[in-house]
Amino acid sequence: MAAITLPADPVDLVTPPGLLSAAPLIEAKNVELFYGSSRALKGIDITIKEKLVTAFIGPSGCGKSTFLRCFNRMNDLIDNVRITGRCLIGGEDIYAKDVDVIELRKRVGMVFQRSNPFPKSIYDNIAYGLRLHGTKDKSEIDGVVESSLRGAALWDEVKDRLHSSALGLSGGQQQRLCIARAIAIRPEIILMDEPASALDPLATVKIEELILELKKEFTIVIVTHNMQQATRISDYTAFFYIGELIEYDLTTKIFTNPAKKQTEDYVTGRFG
Amino acid sequence: MTHFESELAALKQKLLLMASHAESAVNNAIKALVDRDDDLARKVAEGDDKIDHLEQEVDAACIALLAKAPLATQLRLITSAMKIARDLERVGDEATTIARRSLDLSQEPQLKAYVDIPRMATMAMAMLNDALGAFVNGDTSRARAVIPRDKDVDQLNKQLYRELASFMIEKPTTITRCLNLMTISKALERIADHAKNVAEDVVYLYEARDIRHHGATAA
Repeated sequence: MAAITLPADPVDLVTPPGLLSAAPLIEAKNVELFYGSSRALKGIDITIKEKLVTAFIGPSGCGKSTFLRCFNRMNDLIDNVRITGRCLIGGEDIYAKDVDVIELRKRVGMVFQRSNPFPKSIYDNIAYGLRLHGTKDKSEIDGVVESSLRGAALWDEVKDRLHSSALGLSGGQQQRLCIARAIAIRPEIILMDEPASALDPLATVKIEELILELKKEFTIVIVTHNMQQATRISDYTAFFYIGELIEYDLTTKIFTNPAKKQTEDYVTGRFG
Repeated sequence: MTHFESELAALKQKLLLMASHAESAVNNAIKALVDRDDDLARKVAEGDDKIDHLEQEVDAACIALLAKAPLATQLRLITSAMKIARDLERVGDEATTIARRSLDLSQEPQLKAYVDIPRMATMAMAMLNDALGAFVNGDTSRARAVIPRDKDVDQLNKQLYRELASFMIEKPTTITRCLNLMTISKALERIADHAKNVAEDVVYLYEARDIRHHGATAA
């Protein structure tokens, strides 16, 4: 029998080269976050690559959502929060004094666990952000509303009732509307905090498929409690536990051959 | 088609690529034997690395897909793919065995006209082809029809053994050649076994019924 030449790293057999070569976009350096005197994040270092999906997993209270909110400075809205270390997006420190937080949140969009459409029409939900950022031309707004709804795989379902209330949509549709609203202002990054956890399985599939489409244009960071969701949609996975980043690697590696026993115990459902 | 379904389709494609390499390896090995073509025989032996590598790729892809918690048909497809990949890798190994023995055989004058061996090869490859066709088209009756044909190949193998044994008794100088031919015959008989395994996996994949080890009642 012919001698078998083992490849140097068998994992590479299923790792599309793009995953390894993607450029870094978000960098956290020794990030610590305190709620009063309690330390919620402990010296997190991570580099997140552009146009990939990165999942944050970990048991409740591990700091994954808190950490996600550092990237668009949502934690600024909470009293008594203090952050140390550095958070860079495209090499710029987003906590620098001269940073315009409104501009930052334009670059870094966010989708939450509970869909939160404005109590306005479907059309206005998307147009609102555009108008806020100074777009006045109606035909331009019309174009963006359509392309955003198409981008969020919602257009065909709502094109005949754009001026009806967004609150009349189903939960899954509302969540896709929120995604459409987020992409309308062309952010670089979309943060998603458990975007499908309040949805039924079919609506979840739609959101997951949508995320896989969106990563062609956007960098996505998603917090999820659903292990299978992380394996289905993410390229990289970060496992957090009690404020620490325990392991961060290719999703395939985290779910088939994690380096740390704690990670394996969590992803196989032994704790958490 | 969801992303996961397209990943499964890619897995199937990889398996078929592996099958096409394995098939041409066997066909070339037999051609090398019949034509006494040493260059072709060496090429077959060297090409086995490619099939081995594909098996590793299929397995790695399957592990990654299993981690996504597939259910029902998808689960059976992934586990069957791993088994089919192993059978195809073995078919590639048998092709290498045939090629190596052909190289030995071409050192000496041809013992007899090769009739039974190409016939066995044709039968075994037709079985493999049908099993893979059944895999692609979800045609379990075609897969079931492959299974009893294994006996015909076994029969030819036994017949050839008897014939070669009589050669060896009559003329001990033929022993080396006879043993090489016996090994080739056995390799073809094994290829038919692998084709049968693939056919059984196809029935499991599409009907969720395990028909292995059921003897005559299987088909």
